[in-house]
Amino acid sequence: MKELADLFVTFAKMGLFTFGGGYAMLPLLEREVVDNKKWATKEEIMDYYAVGQCTPGIIAVNVSTFVGYYQKGIAGGIIATLGVVFPSIVIILLIASLIQGFSHIAVVQYALSGIRVAVCALIFNAIVSLSKSGVKDVYGILLFLFAFVMVGILKLSPVYVVVVSALCGLLIKKIQGGKK
Amino acid sequence: MSILLTLYYEFFKIGLFAVGGGMATIPFLNALIDKFHWFDAAMLADMIAISESTPGPIGINMATFTGYTVASFAGGVIATLGLITPSIIVIIIIAQVLKKFKESAAVQAMFYGLRPAVAGLIAAAGLSIFAVTLVDTAAYQTSGNLMDLFQWLPILLFLILLYCTNKYKKHPIFYISICAVIGILLKL
Repeated sequence: MKELADLFVTFAKMGLFTFGGGYAMLPLLEREVVDNKKWATKEEIMDYYAVGQCTPGIIAVNVSTFVGYYQKGIAGGIIATLGVVFPSIVIILLIASLIQGFSHIAVVQYALSGIRVAVCALIFNAIVSLSKSGVKDVYGILLFLFAFVMVGILKLSPVYVVVVSALCGLLIKKIQGGKK
Repeated sequence: MSILLTLYYEFFKIGLFAVGGGMATIPFLNALIDKFHWFDAAMLADMIAISESTPGPIGINMATFTGYTVASFAGGVIATLGLITPSIIVIIIIAQVLKKFKESAAVQAMFYGLRPAVAGLIAAAGLSIFAVTLVDTAAYQTSGNLMDLFQWLPILLFLILLYCTNKYKKHPIFYISICAVIGILLKL
């Protein structure tokens, strides 16, 4: 019980001090989980990231479930994950309830219009960096365009694109493997 | 009650199919706009900005925010729990076979296909956010003047930001706060 409480508090602390998620949590994990608590080694954390990236869901959540599970079984996995999302839930609920009260004020609307431009730039950068690491050949370009057209223009659910593109990946690698 | 079940189900699906972390949930949230009309593209952009500038993983913050917008406090909690449930199940299963999974050729092949598609998905979601921020179709339709289609001031700011974010790798919160101030000063 004490260990579960320790997992919850440690992960809640990391959730509270991570801005942005994913890799932003890495230095905190190294300090808290590797150095302080010795729940995992640095190499193990990198493994969890590698797997957390190619499994469904939020990377930070996936890594937390890993650490919690190896520490205290299924209960540990659940508790660590609840811990990491706990500060988010509290803070966002507070902000969301405030925003709804203030959003009709002119100054807030001007600020939000400015912020939206920043979001455009951030998303644009994310697309560029993901394309750089993901689009490596002509198949990559085709899959990028396929996803863009299906969801951006034909308004299909992204679910289909995820399933189809994973299958395409298997198929392409199978054909390429067969050639060798 | 049924709205909470719908929220849980929709975010469970997002948790199950959004591969690649927080940003990868944006196309799914965008798809919710067309399906349920719970919020619009401008609100989605606001939620992204606030989720980037508050503590916690972005994907979680956006789920809580969306859930709250739809069904208040209970909605925020339920949407978040829906999002993390598949992660917990999938990771606990994989944790038993971590080594095999990591080195599996099939996993790597699937990801070879997924990576460019996820970039395409986010580009598609970005399109609708760009549309509400950088173009003004209403002004164009009333005046018929092509020049009115583009919101020149935000576009100029967008280009300056692209330059700055790539030159000085500061934290997103920095740019978001600067843009809030610029928005107020210029009455965007």
